[in-house]
Amino acid sequence: MSLDAKSTGLATSVYSPRIGTRQFIGKVWRWIFFGSTALAIVLLGLLLWSIIEPGWSWLSWNLIANPPSRIAEKAGMNPAIWGSLWIVLGSGIGAFVVGLGTAIYLEEYAAKGRFNDFIQTNIANLAGVPSIVYGLLGLLVFVDLLHMGRSLIAGCLTMALLILPVVVISSREAIRAVPSSLREASYGLGATRWQTIWHHVLPAAFPGVLTGIILAMSRAIGETAPLLVVGGASQVLWKPDGLFSTFMVMPLQIYNWTGRPQEEFEHLAAAAIIVLMIILLLMNSVAIGLRQHFSKKARW
Amino acid sequence: MSSTVAPLRPDDRPPLNLTGKKSRQRSEEVIKYALIACALVTLLTTVGIIGVLLFEAAKFFAEVPIWDFLSGTTWTPLFAGSQQEFGVLPLVMGTLMTSLVAACISLPLGLAAAIYLSEFASERARSILKPVLEVLAGVPTIVYGFFALTFITPVILEPLFPNIGTFNGLSAGIAIGIMAMPTVASLSEDALRAVPRSLREAAYGLGATKFEATARVVVPAAISGIVASFILAISRAIGETMIVAVAAGQSPAGQSGASNSVFDLMNSMQTMTGFIAYTFSSDVARDSVAFYSLLGVGLLLFIMTFGMNLASQWVTRKYREEYE
Amino acid sequence: MSDTLTMTMNPTESSTHLESNHDAVVKIPGISAQAFQQVQKSTTKKNSVLELKDLNVHYGNFHAVNNVNLSIPEKSITAFIGPSGCGKSTVLRCINRMNDLIPSARVDGEILYHGQDVNARGVDPVEVRRRIGMVFQRPNPFPKSIYENVAWGARINGYKGNFDELVEASLVRAALWDEVKDKLKESGLGLSGGQQQRLCIARALATNPDVILLDEPASALDPISTLKIEDLLRELESEYTIVIVTHNMQQAARVSDQTVFYSLNENRQGILVESGPTQKMFTRPDDPRTEGYISGRFG
Repeated sequence: MSLDAKSTGLATSVYSPRIGTRQFIGKVWRWIFFGSTALAIVLLGLLLWSIIEPGWSWLSWNLIANPPSRIAEKAGMNPAIWGSLWIVLGSGIGAFVVGLGTAIYLEEYAAKGRFNDFIQTNIANLAGVPSIVYGLLGLLVFVDLLHMGRSLIAGCLTMALLILPVVVISSREAIRAVPSSLREASYGLGATRWQTIWHHVLPAAFPGVLTGIILAMSRAIGETAPLLVVGGASQVLWKPDGLFSTFMVMPLQIYNWTGRPQEEFEHLAAAAIIVLMIILLLMNSVAIGLRQHFSKKARW
Repeated sequence: MSSTVAPLRPDDRPPLNLTGKKSRQRSEEVIKYALIACALVTLLTTVGIIGVLLFEAAKFFAEVPIWDFLSGTTWTPLFAGSQQEFGVLPLVMGTLMTSLVAACISLPLGLAAAIYLSEFASERARSILKPVLEVLAGVPTIVYGFFALTFITPVILEPLFPNIGTFNGLSAGIAIGIMAMPTVASLSEDALRAVPRSLREAAYGLGATKFEATARVVVPAAISGIVASFILAISRAIGETMIVAVAAGQSPAGQSGASNSVFDLMNSMQTMTGFIAYTFSSDVARDSVAFYSLLGVGLLLFIMTFGMNLASQWVTRKYREEYE
Repeated sequence: MSDTLTMTMNPTESSTHLESNHDAVVKIPGISAQAFQQVQKSTTKKNSVLELKDLNVHYGNFHAVNNVNLSIPEKSITAFIGPSGCGKSTVLRCINRMNDLIPSARVDGEILYHGQDVNARGVDPVEVRRRIGMVFQRPNPFPKSIYENVAWGARINGYKGNFDELVEASLVRAALWDEVKDKLKESGLGLSGGQQQRLCIARALATNPDVILLDEPASALDPISTLKIEDLLRELESEYTIVIVTHNMQQAARVSDQTVFYSLNENRQGILVESGPTQKMFTRPDDPRTEGYISGRFG
């Protein structure tokens, strides 16, 4: 009998599956994978703790209403809050118009071909360019070449370019998700390309586009480096009063306070981070809420 | 079919002319060109970045020979006179060392998280862990900088390395690693999920355990996506500015006085991005060589990250067709 | 579906009809001669609205449709039948230039609409589609109200009249008015599949077309809805030229005046095998391939 088994090459003695050991190894790795993922929760917890612990008691009306000051107790970031608001709105509108236009062109007009591939590769590359390089572009082109100076408008344009790839990519996805039957129905009635896009494709894609733009704006509100280059680090005591006024934004104010030797300013920076994070949280909730609201409504 | 309402009259149509209205066609054309103009903005941005950096950096390389820049080992652009030297290597080392630390943290942790989320996690676990990673990815980098400076260094690193400086490359690297981990996790998870079910079933059918199927079949099948996510994460680490500006210090590696080694993560370690940020927070004269030196640094930074982004796209594109 | 139909027939009448007209009849399961349109109607000489001459369609390197020649008379129903992949939908989509939307498609030959080539230089596809409307396989109402679904096409085409009247007339004509007149403000997506398809037909009618192309309009519908659509098409025939692609031979027999049979040649290219009055095609086709397909030996 053993001879028979050997001749077919299936003798059980040749195999040693060691199932138990292998299952044990599997279990150990499973815990390693889980631990690594759970570490993210721990890290997020530590991160939040490191901010809330020093910053909580420094949260005050002064922080929101007052201009910066050398006295920590009186210092606030009112100009920075206004500046961030302006920058986010300005860059959001700019990136929305140009980004949606680009997405429409790439999805609805451009023939599949080299030019399309080239623009696509280019956008993917732009998404990976370090933000400080955008700052240098903004400084040399908007501030110097176009004589805008270290102004709000230069900051808005720089940030708009920075978030443009994000807007293009998310808008394209939203447009691509619109079923082609909708386009066919429209073309079949004798609608032109633009009528089809304007009346059917864009309304259907709008929730996705909007979600993308809000996420891009929440990136813009947290960006520091390009505005450090374009706007400079010097203190600004007043809120912007026009497109060509100087400006300060929240993350820059935080950077400024973090860099000071006195411990009070470190705590103030932590309090400012809390404000910034709350604003970010609100923006993200709005994005998520919109996504859920519209995904329930639209059905094909 | 009789109806009381006004009938449609299919016969009552104008003489057949299929050429269409000129005005409508013209407005369609106008819209098309407006959209092309939008698409060209992205191209112009790239052209602008490259053009402006090359043009301005040329002014710097007219003063400082490019070879001295690339091979010099001392970086003191803000010093006066003969002490001013423009050897970029210490900055490059700072960037590479902090990015190395970041990679050591973000790549294994991110990949492990991706594997857990894609292969092992229950729906419930996913619904908790995924948003946590998304929140980590959305935290502004200045906050990570603050975290590195006020928590990682004093609370975690000081007990381990009593001699560590207030500003050091290690804490910045760790913070960048935490920041980049969600990028790796999310992109790698996408790659793992794209591996067809049939491949996993084939492995199980041969008697593989879940871990064996994952490690020997699924991960190798998704390797191009995983590698691409690694490259992108390292590229982000190289380009990260605010974390190093806050936490890594303002003297280039080996020039802080506390240490002569460019590999010394315990002390101040200015990176390429850190130098650019520092220059702007300290108002350097706009027409000085020191100012133009930062454009040389910016150009080098752009080339490094651009190359890595292209590499990542090449890797994904080259192996993408396999399972489609 | 065919059972439903034959059961409603009067058996005596149908058999006399058969005997009086034909000697040899191809047996088609489930179809009685009554199901055909009146013979007189299809034999009356009519002007042709559409003429396809040497039509060839390529998708990239694939030659999808090979040399189709065809004439479609006005105010009649023409059915395109044939096995799947034989190019009948492709030919249909060429007629109102919907194939323009597929980048790899190339159309050669002439498609004369009232004597004008729709692919000629200077012809605006938008203008062509306005006159040659289309209804698709799956009902695809816009995610708008029923009213807006009907009114939209007319509005973009510059309709100057009273929209309420137009919407009502179109819905009446599409045999949908009674079912929806109290909920015109509700979404078109809330209707049943059959109602949605009739809404799509109403929508096409509202732009005042000359020709209506239907690409398997009933394939996603239940038998009752299918019959309603077929009744509707016969109503519309007096005023519109209708071309319908169908998988369902009984449907072709029931509604059409003439039938065009497409098939695949040895290179998997779509070809036109035979066309003629529907009754002749279903009873005494000239080509053995048509007979084979119709009697169920092939396809």
